[in-house]
Amino acid sequence: MTALSLYDKLWNSHVVHTQDDGTSLIYIDRHLVHEVTSPQAFEGLRLAGRVPWRKASILAVPDHNVPTTDRDKEIADPVSRKQLQALDQNCDFFALQKFEMNDPRQGIVHVIGPEQGASLPGMTIVCGDSHTSTHGALAALSFGIGTSEVEHVLATQCLLLRKTKSMRVNVSGALPKGVYSKDIVLALIAKIGTAGGNGHTIEFCGETIEKLSIEARMTICNMSIEAGARAGVIGVDDKTIEYIAGRPFAPKDAMWDAAVKSWRQLVSDEGANFDSTVDLDASQLSPQVSWGTSPEMVVPVDGVVPDPDQEPNATKAEGMRNALTYMGLTPGQAVNQINIDKIFIGSCTNSRIEDLRVAAQVVKGKTLASNIKLAIIVPGSGLVKRQAEQEGLDQIFKAAGFEWRDPGCSMCLGMNADQLESGERCASTSNRNFEGRQGQGGRTHLVSPAMAAAAGIAGHFDDARKYFN
Amino acid sequence: MEAFTKLTSSLLPLDRPNVDTDAIIPKQYLKSVKKSGFGINLFDDWRYLDPGEPDQDNSQRRLDKDFILNNDQYKNAQILLARDNYGCGSSREHAVWAMLDYGFRAVISTSFADIFFSNCFKNGMLPIVLKKSEVDKLFEASLNDPDYSISIDLEKQQVVADGIGSCQFDIDEFLKHCMLNGLDEIGITLQYEDKIHAYEERLKQSSPWLFAHD
Repeated sequence: MTALSLYDKLWNSHVVHTQDDGTSLIYIDRHLVHEVTSPQAFEGLRLAGRVPWRKASILAVPDHNVPTTDRDKEIADPVSRKQLQALDQNCDFFALQKFEMNDPRQGIVHVIGPEQGASLPGMTIVCGDSHTSTHGALAALSFGIGTSEVEHVLATQCLLLRKTKSMRVNVSGALPKGVYSKDIVLALIAKIGTAGGNGHTIEFCGETIEKLSIEARMTICNMSIEAGARAGVIGVDDKTIEYIAGRPFAPKDAMWDAAVKSWRQLVSDEGANFDSTVDLDASQLSPQVSWGTSPEMVVPVDGVVPDPDQEPNATKAEGMRNALTYMGLTPGQAVNQINIDKIFIGSCTNSRIEDLRVAAQVVKGKTLASNIKLAIIVPGSGLVKRQAEQEGLDQIFKAAGFEWRDPGCSMCLGMNADQLESGERCASTSNRNFEGRQGQGGRTHLVSPAMAAAAGIAGHFDDARKYFN
Repeated sequence: MEAFTKLTSSLLPLDRPNVDTDAIIPKQYLKSVKKSGFGINLFDDWRYLDPGEPDQDNSQRRLDKDFILNNDQYKNAQILLARDNYGCGSSREHAVWAMLDYGFRAVISTSFADIFFSNCFKNGMLPIVLKKSEVDKLFEASLNDPDYSISIDLEKQQVVADGIGSCQFDIDEFLKHCMLNGLDEIGITLQYEDKIHAYEERLKQSSPWLFAHD
């Protein structure tokens, strides 16, 4: 029998039909919907007189636009308000399941899917959001789609796709204290580039990945898209099964036993073929900091801002010069001397309970440096927020000077009021440092929650490892 | 969707790699519930010197004259010429809608990000991958002469350019067929309605837990 990769298995089990040219009709098990990329799809559906193919496959939640303060009042921005109303109206019109803004289960779509057990191993999962790759940590084939494809899935429960190439990323070595899965994925992107995974599904494997928690694995799969890969996957193990057990949408009783038996097959066979393999040694990693305007522009915290004159590729060097100008940095500058204005701990990359615990560990008993203008903690969901409060983490953050907010995408992309002013520099646990992403002229540095918390205390980047001795 | 067969036009050379969809259409414009009207905000952060908001009178904003989109000599270009990994980042289809609304019908680069590439085909925007040497020559020619014009023939999978000759490009046969005929993919998929139902029936047998909440 041919040895199959996890991706092969996920793909093969969802093929409805394959055309002569190799394009396949792939069945979609779970469709997550949010307010930004769905209105035009619902409109298209209505105009064509169509209805959603399988309503129970859909779970909708507002996350991109929602305010993170004053939830009891009407949303101040009329345009955001209108988009949230459109989601409500569309879900009501088609009788779809949704968590409204003030539902305690509301949160970032990629946090609540796994949290609710709505994202399960073996599923195909799509959402009109590129970070849908997150759910691959549960051995699901999960990827972001455009609005036309959202409409296509609503109407047909399927997508017309071609199989991607496959890449295996093998991570070995013990992760040093104070270094996290965020650092692994940033180091990987620095190594293979933001286009390194284009046209691929990445499978993450190796002893380091096996030792990571499911939440830490989600951080890695989440940023597969920043390496250009449409999807990232990790095979099922005991941790996967334990994570899912008892969640609201997870199967129960006899159905649970049957599901677990089936999920256990969701690993790559010995000798499975990959188009390429990348090896990474985690034991040698320092905490990582992005210095530029692309997630591949990353250096260790004990490093310096790189010099474009040393870059042999002319186009790349020009890109580096643009980034340095935008970021207001000079080559050779020590990373741990870069001063910070704002701290953002949140986003679908790093807003889960383990992320908040690590950040709280760093800030406990300390206070924000005087140059920090604003530091916000935005939990990934209402349930993460509640859990953190039960553990007293909110008190630790507030005592240190952080603001404790309501869940949503928030300053990751600044569609709501949480934005950087022009020229402000932010240590951010989010996933993209593109120009203007967090606010026009804003300067984003991507880091782990521990590094963001440490930057808040020090007022500049500071080696998170120091806080764990 | 409008069919794409042939196009002859000048080029707008955007000479930077990794242009992301946040740059193509910034987030504040994603609050619209329509597919049209994004063109005026295409590359908003690079195009205007002051920050922009939805529903603003853009004619009052200050233009960055150094940004090539503001160079009148390139204003009729229907083909965007880009560098590596164009369209990376967010899945927002608004990026393609903004380019279409502005007047682009095709985009040429050495490589594209996957989701952007896919989104183009849903909207009649042709993304063409050419060799680096060919893209370099197109940049040189169009930067030197804003009126430098090329012809795209999708049926022949060919770009014909003065001084460079004819460049062949690869394209998925199915996507080509849909583009040439302006086909709606949902209509194509629904031809397989019976197969989708049959698949679902098999899935209910093999993985009943997936239907526990139906």
